Amino acid sequence: MTSLFEEIAEPAPDDVPVNRVSVTVNGKRRTADIEPRLLLAHFLRQGLKLTGTHTGCDTTNCGACTVLLDGKAVKSCTVLAVQADGRDVTTVEGMATGSELDPVQEGFKDEHALQCGFCTPGMMLSARALLNENPEPTEDEIRFALSGNLCRCTGYQNIVKAVLWAAAKENGQDPRQAVARYEAAQQGRAQQNGAHQ
Amino acid sequence: MYPGRFRYVSPRSIDEAIAVLTEAEGEGKVLAGGQSLIPLLKLRFASPGVLVDINNLPDLDYIRREDDGSFRIGALTRHATMERSASIARHQPTAAAAAPLVADPIVRNRGTLVGSVCHADPQGDWAAVMIAAGGSVVAQGPEGRRTIPVRDFVTGPFQNVLAYDEVAVEAVIPAPKGTVVGGFLKLERRVGDFATAGAAVTLELSGGKVSRAGIALTGVGAATIDAEDAANALLNRPLGAETIDRAATLAAEIANPKSDHRGSADYKRHVVHTFVRRILAGLTEQTERAA
Ligand SMILES: Cc1cc2nc3c(=O)[nH]c(=O)nc-3n(C[C@H](O)[C@H](O)[C@H](O)COP(=O)(O)OP(=O)(O)OC[C@H]3O[C@@H](n4cnc5c(N)ncnc54)[C@H](O)[C@@H]3O)c2cc1C
Ligand code: FES
Ligand code: FES
Repeated sequence: MTSLFEEIAEPAPDDVPVNRVSVTVNGKRRTADIEPRLLLAHFLRQGLKLTGTHTGCDTTNCGACTVLLDGKAVKSCTVLAVQADGRDVTTVEGMATGSELDPVQEGFKDEHALQCGFCTPGMMLSARALLNENPEPTEDEIRFALSGNLCRCTGYQNIVKAVLWAAAKENGQDPRQAVARYEAAQQGRAQQNGAHQ
Repeated sequence: MYPGRFRYVSPRSIDEAIAVLTEAEGEGKVLAGGQSLIPLLKLRFASPGVLVDINNLPDLDYIRREDDGSFRIGALTRHATMERSASIARHQPTAAAAAPLVADPIVRNRGTLVGSVCHADPQGDWAAVMIAAGGSVVAQGPEGRRTIPVRDFVTGPFQNVLAYDEVAVEAVIPAPKGTVVGGFLKLERRVGDFATAGAAVTLELSGGKVSRAGIALTGVGAATIDAEDAANALLNRPLGAETIDRAATLAAEIANPKSDHRGSADYKRHVVHTFVRRILAGLTEQTERAA
């Protein structure tokens, strides 16, 4: 049996122990023999060819590798693949149902929240985890929840709107109106600040 | 960056975890949230022969408030669980203030309070909170359990008193004798960063006076600093401007920061003074209400 690790790095010598893992990834059960030092990010990207999970920093800082592990957002560059044994993993590839996008994905599309796109999968999964817990987050709560995801384009404005969009859609409200209300409130704040100058 | 090779064991009981560590004779390491250990493995700053993963011991995931008012926090309790605990928010203000400031929300989903104390990072937040609250770590080894106050548990940068065959099974915050008030402030360069300087203060009040005080500092020394003299300056007194200034001055004096890219030593010392003063000033109002 070849170890999954062999495909993606130096081959493991015969005496290196491999662990058999069985992980449900995006609803599909995947079984592999891997070395325990294999990181979940590499298991997903190189092993399962799910390259939507990005590794931006590999030092646990950027959040581009964020996936859901049993529903919780985790940085997959800082979880061992063996630790996912018997657990559920959701990557960006698992967000849509068939051709129907997750409202978070729709929101990102509608509000132009992806710039270079590198941080986007992690952003979307963090947003998904937030909305699962808090269906009606405020702007501050959204910014706080996404603070572990760095976007080098620094275009957080549209990302916040995208999450507001998704929340409204899921709550049966008009997402465009929700975003318009937010924009109006922001403009009001900006004008007030201007008036003080 | 791949970690070096190791054997991975996922025990189903604490006893089994201890047995594996004992057998590994110092080559073993406990893996809790992995939010410090896995980065270290990747950098090859650590290369243990065996990793003993405690994540499949759900019995260690709890925040328990005992009848006497003490708290027991299991070794698998994540930062996020601390952050969301209504009981902590109500009864342990210092921990409640610190929890949302530890790392970032994603790291908080994995990292554990006990792991953070064990890791003994001089810039870590929980050891300071625990020292201020007079907390301890309960360690379990082949010979049974022992309880170690956190101020004695952390012995230096990334060093603790655990023997190689011991697992830290829980942290304990003792029952307060009076009303507990507290606060935590930390200066970070950006969200989720370690402290440039941070201060944790926990006070117990009875009859309008401070009956127990704990002040601890993070980021400003080679290990978490127990600012005992500063805390003692508050004892048996009401909180007033003069007492507060004295405590802040003593805390700034015992701080031992180094100048680095985050700021000069003088600056960090000044931040400590400001933080301790600010926390205590904020607590004055609560003291008056408790009187
Ligand atoms: C991006 C980022 C930002 C961060 N920011 C902060 C911050 O602002 N403040 C802060 O305090 N920390 C911060 N951290 C560090 C981190 O959150 C904590 O140090 C960490 O959560 C430690 O807990 P853990 O459970 O992940 O421990 P692990 O990484 O699993 O273990 C750490 C060490 O403790 C030992 N250990 C763990 N549990 C036990 C146990 N039960 N018994 C015996 N030994 C044990 C391990 O063997 C290892 O040596 C940050 C980390 C990252 C990646
Ligand atoms: S690649 Fe994992 S946090 Fe950056
Ligand atoms: S869209 Fe480019 S880093 Fe975020």
